[in-house]
Amino acid sequence: MKLRRGAVAACVVLALVAPYLFPNWRTQMALLFIMIVFALTWDLLGGQMGYNSFGNVLFFGVGMYVCAIVQRNGHFAYYPGLFLGSAAGAVAAVAVAAVLGSGILGLRGHYFAIGTLGLGIAAGELAGGWDFVGAGGGMVPPLFPGELGGRETFFYYLCLALAAVTLPVLRWLYSGRFGLVLNAIRDDEDKAEAMGLRTTRYKTTAWCISAFFLGLSGGAVGNLLGFIDPREVAFAVDTFGVWMVLMAILGGKGTLWGPVLGAVVFHVTKELFWTYLLGWQRVALGLLIVVIVVFFPVGILGWARERWPERFGHRIEGAP
Amino acid sequence: MTAMLEVDRVRKSFGGLLANKDVTLRVPAGGIFGLIGPNGSGKTTLFNSIVGQHPIDAGSIRFEGREISRLRVPEIARLGLLRTFQQTRIYSGMTCVQNMVISVAVSGLDWSSMFQRVPTADLRKAEELLEFVGLFPKRHLRAGDLSFGQQKLLELAMALMSGPKMLLLDEPTAGINPTLINGLLERLRRINEQFGITLLVIEHNMRVIMNLARYVYCLAHGELLAEGKPAEIQQDPRVLDAYLGSR
Amino acid sequence: MENLRLLFDSPVLSVQLLIDGVLIGAIFALAAYGMALVWGVMGLINVAQGELVMLGGYAAFYLYRARIHPLFGIPLAAAAMFCFGWLLYRLVIFRIVEKDLFISILATFGLSILLQQLANTLFGADVRTAESGFGTLFLFGGAVTVAEIKLISFAAALVTGVFLIQFLRRSRMGQAIRATAQNARAARVMGVDTQRVYAWTFGLNAAICGASGALVAMTWVVHPYLGLPYTVRAFMIVIVAGLGNVTAVLATALGLGAAENFAGFIFGAEYQAAFVFGLLVAILVWRRFWLARERRYLQ
Repeated sequence: MKLRRGAVAACVVLALVAPYLFPNWRTQMALLFIMIVFALTWDLLGGQMGYNSFGNVLFFGVGMYVCAIVQRNGHFAYYPGLFLGSAAGAVAAVAVAAVLGSGILGLRGHYFAIGTLGLGIAAGELAGGWDFVGAGGGMVPPLFPGELGGRETFFYYLCLALAAVTLPVLRWLYSGRFGLVLNAIRDDEDKAEAMGLRTTRYKTTAWCISAFFLGLSGGAVGNLLGFIDPREVAFAVDTFGVWMVLMAILGGKGTLWGPVLGAVVFHVTKELFWTYLLGWQRVALGLLIVVIVVFFPVGILGWARERWPERFGHRIEGAP
Repeated sequence: MTAMLEVDRVRKSFGGLLANKDVTLRVPAGGIFGLIGPNGSGKTTLFNSIVGQHPIDAGSIRFEGREISRLRVPEIARLGLLRTFQQTRIYSGMTCVQNMVISVAVSGLDWSSMFQRVPTADLRKAEELLEFVGLFPKRHLRAGDLSFGQQKLLELAMALMSGPKMLLLDEPTAGINPTLINGLLERLRRINEQFGITLLVIEHNMRVIMNLARYVYCLAHGELLAEGKPAEIQQDPRVLDAYLGSR
Repeated sequence: MENLRLLFDSPVLSVQLLIDGVLIGAIFALAAYGMALVWGVMGLINVAQGELVMLGGYAAFYLYRARIHPLFGIPLAAAAMFCFGWLLYRLVIFRIVEKDLFISILATFGLSILLQQLANTLFGADVRTAESGFGTLFLFGGAVTVAEIKLISFAAALVTGVFLIQFLRRSRMGQAIRATAQNARAARVMGVDTQRVYAWTFGLNAAICGASGALVAMTWVVHPYLGLPYTVRAFMIVIVAGLGNVTAVLATALGLGAAENFAGFIFGAEYQAAFVFGLLVAILVWRRFWLARERRYLQ
């Protein structure tokens, strides 16, 4: 217990001073926290509830666009604009999730997977044709007002805060009735219905929570990158959208720390080796997906749990 | 006497196959009732119709006087009419206790309960009921790791956890070690007497049902063939015919 | 919406859109039939379906560059894609056939990204076409134009489809495939080598996609990113038409082609892709509510 607390404290201190230790990596580290949020929010549905979504990036994109629109049309100063925009983006993402929820979450299994894939791509195509949001040219959020380099530090801490809030919130959700019902839906949704559980309500709420954090991170990432492209950034189904799934699976679906671990491993590997691939990056990514899914579908923590079940609180034979 | 469950001329066909042909039965509150019939006589189809697994083509189903034939599965379950499955269904990735605590009656829960921790009272009740079915020592095991018979008991305990008014049990003794059947029957009787739950039981084992039920309905070829006290049913030539004829 | 008025003002325009759409539809039908075949026999939803179409298109394009007339390019592309599909099965697909559906969807999605990016790196992002050198027909005194190549590709699509169906009905392998589709375990017990059947099935699927890709290359253009819309179209057609019904697949595909063409005209070409993906979502949601009325689920 003492050891664990010490480790957590060390991590917190490291995260706080990291931008001063590695100033050149601030943007990458900020994106790492976003990746952690991606993987965690995907796992809320995919891992805990068994609803494998390819379209969660939809909420990310909605948050990003709504934030940028509020910033552009709201005539606020920079910080109020950013925070109001992010809030509006999160609310919009939740609203989209709530409206789509009853329809889309009624689809089971592969229909849900493909339906959400269609949803994500359709959103990108719509945004890419809509002049109000700059159509295919995308949008540019307002410039950061502070001194040079201040932007990276600011968004580093913003993204860190986002990940640092998402994790305990999900942990709290999983510890109570909510998490149990999601697991029940994953294990046997028909049985859950036969027991009278209000599955649609739980499923929609889970999607809304996922959408909330994704909407927030959308606002942050739009401003961090300083450029919004409908298909490549906001509704990037074949990058961010697939990475979410991949990171959660790599780390271990249905565990709290698995997605975090998966995001760290994936992002760090990607950033370290990407430049050596000389234009073959995306080919390598496709290959990576196939290899991980085919050969390592249980993920790192899933594998560890099979190996040392007692460490994960599972009992094998009837102890008192 | 008002019936707890009234099935009135229920008809259900799958494509050209008429699985239930104008079945009518009235199940009064309070007892243990048997539903028998040869394979393919439409027993499970009738169960599925009652709990809302699929729509019925004609007829009406009333539970405590309320029409339920158009309600959906969870709505019917929340009224206090639950069923167990022939192929047991439990949440295999969760422990027995977890299986139990999320099976509490949903009707009394509101939005705020969604994010609550599991109340201690629920935990205690879960452990008591697991003790009742004899799974207490296994309570922290993954439900999927239990044997088939144990899973069946767990499913029964989960149903009890939600405090139903009526339970439809689909072959509770199938796949259970014969030496344990008597214990199970004893428990079913206690469920009926102590918890006051009306039971409607599909059963293949004649000895079991004659022992357990105080009134028996017999289906054959989708129709209600006969009903009556176990002793009468056992003598009924039509019932004997249906069973022998199906062999 | 102005274009909608235009449609009412000149009905002949509708005829034009309808003809064009229906002629496209036959090509969709091929990809959809292949998807239904793989789904039905192997229980696998192949998200890389569109990439097989794309690769078939490139095969036809490079054959055209090697001075082979595109019409002969169709069978050659199909044959090349059969080998490719067979190889793909032996390398990757066989590992995911009997896993759960999500694994297979995710793996084939990865495959789709892989093939798409590979094509982008190897063939370049340029738009390519295989010129067939056919002319254009003028109907109704020139008010409606039909490119002959579209008619030819429509016919070729039908011929390919008939050829495949006859193969499945008549040949020994076709019978084994159909037996495996009904019950893989029973087929195995009866001595059918199901691994070989699966490899053939996936090869046939790739071949039929290759043929449809060759037609795409002749009638329109190929580029590395055309895959996903074809996958989605095929999926839509299969869920509307069902797995076993050839006529329904064809009818749905022709209808989809026409609907897409009208939508492209009315909303503008920039929204045509959005229409395809939006339609997918709409169909799924509509089916889900329709089934819920019968207390059933789409699963």
